[in-house]
Amino acid sequence: MKNNVFVYCEIEGTTVAEVSQELLTKGRKLANQLGVQLHAVAAGSGITGKVESQILPYGVDKLFIFDAPGLFPYTSAPHTDILVNLFKEEDPQICLMGATVIGRDLGPRVSSSLVSGLTADCTQLEIGDYEDIKTHEKYTDLLYQIRPAFGGNIVATIVNPEHRPQMATVRSGVMQKQILDENYKGEVVIADVDKYVPDSDYLVKVIDRHIEAAKHNLKGAPIVVAGGYGMGSKEGFDMLFTLAKELHGEVGASRAAVDAGFVDHDRQIGQTGVTVHPKVYIACGISGQIQHIAGMRDSGIIISINTDPDAPINKIADYVVIGKVEEVVPKLIKYYKANSK
Amino acid sequence: MKYKIIVLAKQVPDTRNVGKDAMTEAGTVNRAALPAIFNPDDLLALEQALQIKEQNPGTSVGVLTMGPPRAGEIIRQGLYRGADTGWLLTDRLFAGADTLATSYALATAIKKIGGADIIIGGRQAIDGDTAQVGPQVAQKLGLTQVTYAEEILGIEDGKATIRRHIDGGVETVVAPLPLLITVNGSATPCRPCNAKLVMKYKRATCPAECPAEGTAYDYLYEQKPYLNLTQWSVADVDGDPAQCGGAGSPTRVKAVQNIVFQAKESKTLSSSDSDVEGLIKELLNEKIIG
Repeated sequence: MKNNVFVYCEIEGTTVAEVSQELLTKGRKLANQLGVQLHAVAAGSGITGKVESQILPYGVDKLFIFDAPGLFPYTSAPHTDILVNLFKEEDPQICLMGATVIGRDLGPRVSSSLVSGLTADCTQLEIGDYEDIKTHEKYTDLLYQIRPAFGGNIVATIVNPEHRPQMATVRSGVMQKQILDENYKGEVVIADVDKYVPDSDYLVKVIDRHIEAAKHNLKGAPIVVAGGYGMGSKEGFDMLFTLAKELHGEVGASRAAVDAGFVDHDRQIGQTGVTVHPKVYIACGISGQIQHIAGMRDSGIIISINTDPDAPINKIADYVVIGKVEEVVPKLIKYYKANSK
Repeated sequence: MKYKIIVLAKQVPDTRNVGKDAMTEAGTVNRAALPAIFNPDDLLALEQALQIKEQNPGTSVGVLTMGPPRAGEIIRQGLYRGADTGWLLTDRLFAGADTLATSYALATAIKKIGGADIIIGGRQAIDGDTAQVGPQVAQKLGLTQVTYAEEILGIEDGKATIRRHIDGGVETVVAPLPLLITVNGSATPCRPCNAKLVMKYKRATCPAECPAEGTAYDYLYEQKPYLNLTQWSVADVDGDPAQCGGAGSPTRVKAVQNIVFQAKESKTLSSSDSDVEGLIKELLNEKIIG
């Protein structure tokens, strides 16, 4: 049986990336809607026996494992040939991968090889119909690849009517991962790597590699205090760190604040940064471009502190405090200290 | 060693500084309200190319861009900083291209140029943020790719040593030439324009940029052939029109929406002590914060 939904699973050592598990969860739903199977691809070194339990429980019907010494650390050519040659055999209708450094290196190379469309950084994936306005040809059950575009000022729905697979990348945290069944019975296929990857693919050598453990857990924080360009400076962010510490939360930022160098890039919230789903989101001096809102709109309670009563973010806020951040934040700290416990 | 380097550069609307009049009432982008700039990551790629040129005398750096006639400015901006030449791909048939059709056009032009030892561009353009064109050009030319590069540490024995950004860290790779590199936003900023080069090239133009009736400077273009920038159409690069522009794009835009968020019932407060304290008490009472 062909025409299935595929997810490329990214692997660091023998650990499957969280974004891949989030996509497996989404892929399962899409496969159910289309009445097809969910398949997964894992490529690495010494992964057999270690990754199955991290992948199959998300409802994977078939897992293709490519296990060979040269497949970790990731380099472009071998992983590209694995997907290209496997997809030529399997003809999937959809392929999802993380919008990570690896996914954004691999996705375009594979799509160019297979002459299929690829949409980067999708924030929603849905199944739906499409009629071409020029030819009036009708298509059913296409993948709607929905993403903010043009610096986040508009949202576009992209489709690939004629080419397969329909490919999309999605950032970490945009979809929520959920195990379908711990004992889900999926088939495991151990592929013959040499059949898919010629020796000439192992051209790039990784001679040195440093991965630092994440400095913070912004993605999983229950409370996020986020600052925008309106914070004015690196020092301006200090009070946000104080407030976040009091509330046991984490500090995030808008793209404008990151671009201005007020905080590290890994704290950027939005379409091209981290997506968060905290219980409480406190937006300090953030106007709320769509590209930022795309990364935080599913927060529980949204509090906006802004001098501008018409800031776009106020529309989705539960509480709007009209005032200067440097006045309001110290008061929040003061009254939280006074009233908690 | 001398190397032949092609820098891929794009003229983009400055989406970082979007004002209130950037969108029309119909919800489309008002391009006229946004200044056209040299894509920031592509400038970083140009800097890496110019550094290789300085370290390897005899190296040539050319800027390849695709866009409307006014994108000739990108080539001039490259020349002002030390590039040797440039090519503008401009043709109605190139319009409406998605990343795949764009990479086809660029790859076809690179073949016309006769290839290069190093093709280098920015990781992504700020108007699309896709990061797809670089790898797709590499695939179409059958070249090795190194994406997210932060610094080219050196080139020796036909191999480049490159430090690149990866998720949560950095790695160093050694890759054989010919090679396509995309440069990450964390790379060294580009040098400013050189005043002498600005004087030399300020009247450099592509044919499409020239007014039909000519100018008072027409004589210059005969005396100084380097002021005539190369401009190519689909036919000039032996391109297949079916693979260019909208016709060659697998993706279709089904709908574009100006997002309107469902307004929530929100409470509006002032920055007074009583309002802020009231907010904190409400959040604590409802166990929203602990």
